[in-house]
Formats: sequence, C-alpha cells, structure tokens
Amino acid sequence: MHEIIQYIESYLTSDKTPGAAGNMFWALVYIMLVFAGLSVAVIAMNWLERKILAHMQVRLGPMRVGPHGLLQPIADAIKLLLKEDIMPAEADGFVFWMAPLIVVLAAFTVFVVVPFGPTHAITDMNIGILFMLGVSSLSVLGIVMAGWASNSHYPLIGALRSSAQMVSYEVAMGLAVVSAILMTSLNAEGTGTLSMIGIVQAQQAQGEWFIFKFFPLGLIAFFIFAVAMVAETNRAPFDLAEAESELTAGFHTEYSGFRWSLFFLAEYSAMIAVSSIAVTLWLGGWLRPFPNLLSGSTWDLLFSLFPGVTFLLFAAICFYNTARMPKHPLFRIQTIGLAGFGAVLGVIGLVLFVPAVSVRVQDIFWFSTKVAGFMYLYIWYRGTFPRYRFDQLMRMGWKVLLPMGLGVLILTASVALLQQKIWHP
Amino acid sequence: MESMLHITTLHYLVLGAALFLLGVIGVLTRRNVVIVLMSIELILNAVNLNLVAFSRMWGGLHGQVFAIFVITDAAAEAAVGLGILIAFFRNKETVNIDEVNLLKW
Amino acid sequence: MAPVATPFFFYLLSGIMLIGGILVITRKNPVHSALALIVTLLAQASIYLMLYAPFVAGVQIILYAGGIMVLFLFVIMLVSIERSMKERQFNSQWVVGMSAATALGGLFIAVYTKGKDIFPDHALSMVEDDNTQKVATMLYGQYMFAFEIASLLLLVAIIGAVVMAKKRI
Repeated sequence: MHEIIQYIESYLTSDKTPGAAGNMFWALVYIMLVFAGLSVAVIAMNWLERKILAHMQVRLGPMRVGPHGLLQPIADAIKLLLKEDIMPAEADGFVFWMAPLIVVLAAFTVFVVVPFGPTHAITDMNIGILFMLGVSSLSVLGIVMAGWASNSHYPLIGALRSSAQMVSYEVAMGLAVVSAILMTSLNAEGTGTLSMIGIVQAQQAQGEWFIFKFFPLGLIAFFIFAVAMVAETNRAPFDLAEAESELTAGFHTEYSGFRWSLFFLAEYSAMIAVSSIAVTLWLGGWLRPFPNLLSGSTWDLLFSLFPGVTFLLFAAICFYNTARMPKHPLFRIQTIGLAGFGAVLGVIGLVLFVPAVSVRVQDIFWFSTKVAGFMYLYIWYRGTFPRYRFDQLMRMGWKVLLPMGLGVLILTASVALLQQKIWHP
Repeated sequence: MESMLHITTLHYLVLGAALFLLGVIGVLTRRNVVIVLMSIELILNAVNLNLVAFSRMWGGLHGQVFAIFVITDAAAEAAVGLGILIAFFRNKETVNIDEVNLLKW
Repeated sequence: MAPVATPFFFYLLSGIMLIGGILVITRKNPVHSALALIVTLLAQASIYLMLYAPFVAGVQIILYAGGIMVLFLFVIMLVSIERSMKERQFNSQWVVGMSAATALGGLFIAVYTKGKDIFPDHALSMVEDDNTQKVATMLYGQYMFAFEIASLLLLVAIIGAVVMAKKRI
C-alpha cells in the first residue's frame, strides 16, 4: 500500500510530462482525462452556444429539459444515438463510413501535445506545433471524403468549398504561427523551439505574452491567426461549407444519427484545439495574468484562489436560480436537481481552495479560462457577423491575410535582428 | 530469424525498393493520369525513405535535409502536374494517358 | 527503444505501406487510390519517427497528407472520372512496362543480396531532442543556396500551375 502511494506521488511531483518521462500508464490516465474533459467541454459548449445565442437574440433557448435546459445536450445525444443510421444507396460505402472517423481522429489526436500546464500534457514533442497544425489539417481530408462519398450535389459543393477554404487559410495561419515561433528564439542562445511547452516557457522567460511582444507586431500576428482559425474550423462568419441557405448542411447533408454527431463532436473539439494553439502561442498558455508585474507570495496566494472562487460563483448562480424556480410541485425534481448540481460545484470549489490541490490545478484553470474566452468569441461571432460570400472569403485569405502575414513575419524578423545587434550587442 | 528481428538500414532500403517498384509499375502500366501522378509520389517517397535511412546510418542530418528538398519538389511537381491534367481534361474530355498523342506521327 | 518494439512497429508499418502502395496502383477509382496513398504517407511519417527524424515526419504530414493529397482529391473531383472508370485500366504497353519493372526488381534483388555486407548492421541512435534546431541550422547555413533555389522552384511551379489551369489569363 505504501509503495502504491509512493508510486503515485512520484508522478504527482514529477517535473516532466508523462510522455516525456516515458511512463505509459500515467500517459494513459492523462489521455482518458483529456478525452473526458473534452467530451464534457463539447457537451457544455453545445448548451452554452444555444443559450448565449438565444439571449443575444432576446430568446430563451432550451428551457424544457431540466432546469434552464441543462439536460438538453444529453437528451440530444440520446436522440442522435437512437436515430436510424441512413446511408444513401448511391454512396461509396467504405469512404462514407471512414470520413467521420478520420475527422474525429484528427480532431482528438491534436490534444496529445496541448500543454495544460508545465507537466500537464500527455507528451511534449520537439515538433509540437508542427504536429498540431499537420494533424488538424488532416481533418480536411475527412471533410472531402464525406462530401465525395455522399454522391450528392450539396455535400460535394460543400466539401469543395471547405477544402479550398481550409487550404487557403492554412497558409496565412502558418505565417502567423511562424512569426510567433520566431519570437521564441530571442534568448541568449538564439535558438527557438517548436515544442508547445517550450513556447510557453519562452514567454515566461521573456516576461511577456507574445501578443504584446514588439507591439503591434505580435497583436497583428494574433489577429491574423484569430481570423484564420475561424475560417479553418468552418464557423460563422466563414461557414460557407455548411451555409444552410445555400447548401442545406454542406458536406454532412447526407449524414444522420451517430455519424452526424461524430462530425459535430469533431467540429467543437477542433474549435477547442485551434483556440489552444492561439492561447499557447500568444496568450501565455498556462501562465496566470501578470506573473512578472504582480509577483511575490501574496499575489501568488491571491491568484491561486481564483479556481475555487470561480466554482463557488457557479454554485452561487445555481443556488440563486434554485430559489427562483417555480414553486409548483411539478418542478420539485428539477429544483432538487439544480440544487444538487450547485452543491457539487460548491464542493469542487471548496476542494480547490486546498493549497495542495490548487497548486496543481491552477495551471489547468488559467489555460481553460483563456480557451473558454475564445469559445465565447466563436459564439459571439456567430451571433453578430453576417456570412461572407465565397469570393470575398478567398480575397480576404489571399489578398489581405497572406500579405499581412508575410509583412508581419519580415518585420518581426527585422526587429528581432535589430534588437540583438544594436540594443543588446 | 535473428536478422529478421534486428532492424538495420538494409531493411529500410528493401522497403524503399519495394515502394519504388510499386511506383514504377504504376507509372508504366496505368492509364489514368491521376494515378500515374500518384505513383510518381510513391517513387519520391521511396527515395525519401532511403535518404532518411542513410541519414540515420551515418548519424548526419544531410539526408533529412535532402528529404525536405525532395518533399518541396514533390509539391511543385504535383501542382504543375495537376495543372497540366486540368488543361488536358479541358481539351480532350478524358484523363487517359493513352490519348496524349498529338505529337505522334 | 525496446528491442521488441522496433521490429514489431517496423513490420506493421511497412506492411501498411506496402498494402497501401499496392492499392494505389490497382484501384479503379482514383479517390480510393488517393486514400490508400494517404495511408501510405502517414505510415511513412511514422517510419520517419522511428528513424529519429521527427521534423521530416512533421513536414511529411503537413505537406504531403495535408497539402498535396488535398490538391489531388480536389482535382479528382473537378475532372469527371465516371468514364475512365468504366474503361480499360491498363495502357497498351503494359506488357513492356511490367517486364521493365520486373527487370528493375531483379536488379534491386541482385544489388541488395550481393551488397548487403557493406551496410553496417549497427543501428546508430541519434539525439532527437534538438533535431529541428539542427535541421534548421543546416537549411539556413550549409544549404542556404539550395533553399533559395527551392523557393524559386516553388514560385515557378505556382505560376506554371496557374498558367496551365486557368482558361484565360
């Protein structure tokens, strides 16, 4: 028993990621944790998107299933699983079957290198960011396969649009990423890194998030990435591949039931994946706000309270709404359920105040908070921007973002060189 | 059996040769231009495999750098080849390589 | 790396690669060929990882599987493939082609059986940690000129592709 505790403790205190330490068991645990967290995030995102969009349009959104529609995603999932799985008669069976699998695999595999903290990643690769961009670009293959295998007009057009769009925006995205990677090489040795953890550590060492580096160059690179990543995930206002008014549902028109839900899952996890790239490259990854300016043990203590306070806030919202639930006996189960949910959140919040826990969890908390900010932006875009026309989209990609990316890259390189040669000879 | 389990450079070279052969067969016998172009990609990949295997054998990185150059060439080749294919399809309404015979007398 | 894992993954990946390669050259439908080629390329990226070349593996995935093959699929969808799928799949000189390929295969077998002793059978292990940095130093140092020429080649290829594929310039 004592040995088992020691065994577990040695991993809790390890300063390496499980993949880098070569521990397969611990890596497996991390994979399960990331997978579970991602599934919960997608479910939560489904509910939040409908609620937030509804409130932006002065509607209520889902209200019936569970208190404030909290159980709506689960009801939807059950509905999708029970639905008949239809394959068009003229479809190419094998390719039709493979396409959602490839999209889901590509969307989930990228999380192997996402750094939730200095040790909280499944593994740390020397080619981390390259791996992420490469594997996430594989999802376009699944989309093209889905569109082609359906053997139908709308999916084919949707797939062609989607692949053209993703290939075009990948270029601008790559240039923006390169200009951020260039900033990692501004150290004494002059060598940069492609490793996701290394990139965040470089920001820590330089005492500056890359979004503020060489103002406004870092900001412009971030802006290019932020636009390209919306296009890359086929979300509004760049959702031409699935424009309802023109193509019904784009490449997944012919998909139903479970296969469709795989596409849905992949879309949301791809959104989380590109947001994590943006957070890692420009927003300091797991670093808390102002680690240099507000340093010292007092500030450390204050910022380590944030995770617990956030969960207590959620719990307070739950309890407030429990009090506001209708008093009719029909709502009794829902009221009890909401109160129970609030209690669970509150207990989690209290556990997060324990110093031993909060030290390990606050990295994950800051990373997730930043990613959640991006998720809100995605919903906000969808609620406010009108959809682009396809030629506008292509013009934007090739004639605006690409030259901007090239210019930022050249300027960043020149400024970095000047800084090394003149100000710090 | 011992030599089967001990993976050396030769194993990678044999794999590369087999891939190269498959590519050559594809280029020489297939009729569809798209598949001929894909067979050329197979050939280039076989070459890359050899380059990287030799790079490990000698412990240097020249082979890997050359593999990157070969990948660049493959991208250029694919872009121009597919451009020619589209022009050809527009003129002849076919993708069969047998029908590229305007210069045949 | 454990001594059992290397042969296992080598034979697994090379099996996938060879089956993929055979499917590429035998399928009637070009889309199926392209998918088989993608599987081959991904397996090859894994083999690069086994050969201590992570950067080349990353480039292989991002450029080949994510870029070139998407281009292929795109073009296959633009040209109509129904007619050519119903026709004869092998060209008129396939006998000549097969015999030439057989001769080449014989040459390979002869070379590798005769010359297998010149390859050292020790497997060098290279440091993987700074592979990317080393490759970058070589690309922008020793191979600078070749690198610039490659960029020029890409420019020419872009212009060539546009000239070829566009109806009116």
